Amino acid sequence: MNAIRFDPLVSLKEALLKAEHPNLPVDGPTPGESFVSEGEAPAGISRRSLLTYAVSAPVMTMAAGLSVPGEAQAALPLTPPDITDFYDLGDAITQSSLPTMPLVRLSVGANGRVLFELPRLESGQGISTALAMMIAEEMDVELSMVDVTLSDARPELLFNQLTGGSTTIRSFAGVLPLLAAKARARLVLAASAQLGLPGDQLITVNGSVRAPDGRKLTYATLTLAASLIPPPLDVRPKSASSYRVIGKSARRIDALDIVTGKKRFTMDTPVPDAKPTMVRRPPTILGTVVRVNNLAAIKAMPGVAVMAETFGQAWDAVNALDVTWGGGTIDGENNASITAKLKATVPPFLVPPILGVTLDAEFEMAPLSHAALETDCAIADVKMDASGRPVSCEIWAGMQSPIAAAQSVALDLGLSPTAVKAHVVSSGGSFGRRLFWDPVQQAAQISKALGRPCKLMYHRADDMRHGRMRPPQLHRVRARMLLGQVVSFDHRIASPRLDTRHGFGDLLSAAAVAAPPIIQQTVGNFAVEQILFKTMVASPYNFGVSNKLLLPAPIIMNTASYRSVHIQPTRLVEEIMVDEIAKALGKDPVAFRLSVLRQPRARAVLQAVASAGQWGKVMPKGFAQGIAVHQETRSYTACLVELDTRPVIAGTGPALVTKAVIAIDVGNPVNPSGIDAQVQGALAESISIVLSAGLHVEKGLPLEGSYSQYRFSRNRQYPKDVKVIIMPANGEAIGGLGEVGLSASSAAIANAYARATGTKVRKFPLFFPVDFVPFPPGKLPNRLILPVPV
Amino acid sequence: MTIQNFSVNGKPVSVDAPDDMALLWVLRDKLGINGPKYGCGINVCKACTCNVNGKAFTPCSTKVSSVRGLDITTIEGLAADGKLHPVQQAWLDLDVSQCGFCQPGQIMAAVALLNRTRTPTDADIDAIDNVCRCGTYGRIRAAIKLAASRMA
Repeated sequence: MNAIRFDPLVSLKEALLKAEHPNLPVDGPTPGESFVSEGEAPAGISRRSLLTYAVSAPVMTMAAGLSVPGEAQAALPLTPPDITDFYDLGDAITQSSLPTMPLVRLSVGANGRVLFELPRLESGQGISTALAMMIAEEMDVELSMVDVTLSDARPELLFNQLTGGSTTIRSFAGVLPLLAAKARARLVLAASAQLGLPGDQLITVNGSVRAPDGRKLTYATLTLAASLIPPPLDVRPKSASSYRVIGKSARRIDALDIVTGKKRFTMDTPVPDAKPTMVRRPPTILGTVVRVNNLAAIKAMPGVAVMAETFGQAWDAVNALDVTWGGGTIDGENNASITAKLKATVPPFLVPPILGVTLDAEFEMAPLSHAALETDCAIADVKMDASGRPVSCEIWAGMQSPIAAAQSVALDLGLSPTAVKAHVVSSGGSFGRRLFWDPVQQAAQISKALGRPCKLMYHRADDMRHGRMRPPQLHRVRARMLLGQVVSFDHRIASPRLDTRHGFGDLLSAAAVAAPPIIQQTVGNFAVEQILFKTMVASPYNFGVSNKLLLPAPIIMNTASYRSVHIQPTRLVEEIMVDEIAKALGKDPVAFRLSVLRQPRARAVLQAVASAGQWGKVMPKGFAQGIAVHQETRSYTACLVELDTRPVIAGTGPALVTKAVIAIDVGNPVNPSGIDAQVQGALAESISIVLSAGLHVEKGLPLEGSYSQYRFSRNRQYPKDVKVIIMPANGEAIGGLGEVGLSASSAAIANAYARATGTKVRKFPLFFPVDFVPFPPGKLPNRLILPVPV
Repeated sequence: MTIQNFSVNGKPVSVDAPDDMALLWVLRDKLGINGPKYGCGINVCKACTCNVNGKAFTPCSTKVSSVRGLDITTIEGLAADGKLHPVQQAWLDLDVSQCGFCQPGQIMAAVALLNRTRTPTDADIDAIDNVCRCGTYGRIRAAIKLAASRMA
């Protein structure tokens, strides 16, 4: 950890981590003593039939995976190890989750089913399935016998109920196998007593304990007895060589529910009397209500809510409202004016030295909508006493930070935090959006104002315009080369200040959480933003003096973390520069990368795609290959694409990715099917955000209001030839997965475009016309009526 | 009071709703049939895709009165007699879904395509415009082809 001293931010970070909560349960419950109470038992299962386990596992800090420079690299201008080499956001989350891991619950029911109450949000990335596989592995039960539910907000879990930074599997990988192994050990001990045989003569198979003489006891019959046995101390999880579940593709545990329409999302949750509600939102971002001219109605910031019997009626009523609006925070601004402010935020580079070669470049990124298929939504039920004062509140939503969400609702309503119960519901995508819970607060405010449960849903147009976004960015880069080598790489990034009030830092107290958007401009927010940047964004190269600087600009808009936050744009830019540097040095992009990559695992994934994708093969006119490599959250990936730019040449549309080869090294693959799914999904997202998807902010509001205008890819844009190479388990710790897939695939597409067209790519998305009629600001689109097909 | 009579998944329903109410709200908010999802309301994302007359349509952009007397199939009605439709089975076998929100619509669009042809081309699949934000397009294509081969 000593290298961290290089950075002045570390003291802040350490303060962040060391700040102890007064209620921190340092010693946790002793294993064997933590039987679930009546109130915690799932419906229909009695307390005495349950066996619940507590974790008491120490978790080793993830190995840093640093490499010693080899001989080939010894002559390179080496870049000192990056902070993320030693300590990244995932480590921070793993460490801060650890003290409360003893409170995480795994139980065996009288029906023999294993239940894990996961304090995270499943938003489609497969965390529930991967964790269920770990449990099935250790307990010798079929995967179909493991249930994973999303835990209600549990304030006692502190930092152990945040979903983000691709950290869930990393955080649980050191804990859950031991937890499950202890559960199995207790079941074996119970069986041992009943069968009169020593435990070492018993084996566990398919949810039962078996004796050599053929006798068999199911877990269902053993759970009560096992619950009275303290776990043995000498339990160890299985060794990787005996895995039968981990490392083999498994289907999502919710797959059947999905294909039969049974999977419930927030708006499908049956809450009695919860009424469909929509909000009339302002014509500019963060605009305010002055008055409602045609209705004595509620003023619920930042819009006017309408509750109805159906969402269709709420939609009509919202459009019928006549509202006078006050100004917002960026009225009159547009992408160009914001970009100009960002340019002014980045100090210009000095005149370059005469010696050597200098490459300067500037890149612009348009804002992005998270555009999850499930729009922003929440259900809230505020109960009031006779005098109309709130006494309790129940909320349902897809929340990545449910503890902070519940706390902020409590503050809004003047309730004690314990009076707010937050149910976490599996969400229809998130991509970082649901780290923030503004829909939850709005639903609670509306429920309070109207005195009945509120089922709040954003129209898609509002989700894109008034939901949160990845703000526009400006990148300024200078690479200096001397004697054929890169001796410095300076990368400055300006972006409207990102809201970090998602609970990732102690610096952000519950009070700050409830503060208005201006808090984004405070020192606390700045510190957390810098820590997040420094613990996430890294360069994989030996580029001598390498520096990345985040320069947040005080522009108030609805920002949020977006999948891979600052990493994807930063690494996209760097990988484009690497191609341009290689060209300037007269080197092949792959050979050059291999000569300057710091980590062997990065070189391995690059070589894998270069080989499988036949790097350098002759391409027809208008086509080109592009390649890039990336490391993030202790995982490594490379991507090679083939791009068809003939549509561009013909003036008929964006380029088409026709082929992709992706290699991914997550250290220890748990579910290859899930890994393949995540990197393919990232490819679809990269195709979108590099080529066609972006928001045009115009007069303080995005023009885009639906998927017909915000060009996320469809079937026809996704290549028909995709090969995913999952690197075999290599003894390294499990890395992150949910975000790592974006950077290499987006950079490979950009680099292919540059090679195919002989141009330099500088503005994203590459194809970004306003070729649609925007919906009127402040209004939802009109309904569309189509005939029934016959 | 305007009573709308039609069938959903073979069962007759009778519901009080104005003629011009979009069928999606009748299904979701009045009948509690939640398989069809809201994603845009204007026939763009197609997350609510259902079938009528064996063809795909979007209830978000269809007046309830225009389905009077017709039988609507939602994702919930696809597994006749509890036996999965070949498209559902292919979706399971290839583990297509991620978050699952768009998948009822994707599956209903695929079923409608296979009602039209048992030998769908890549161009036929390209014409399916349903958005999948998670990016399951590669597996969707493979699953449609797998289901087609099993139905042939």
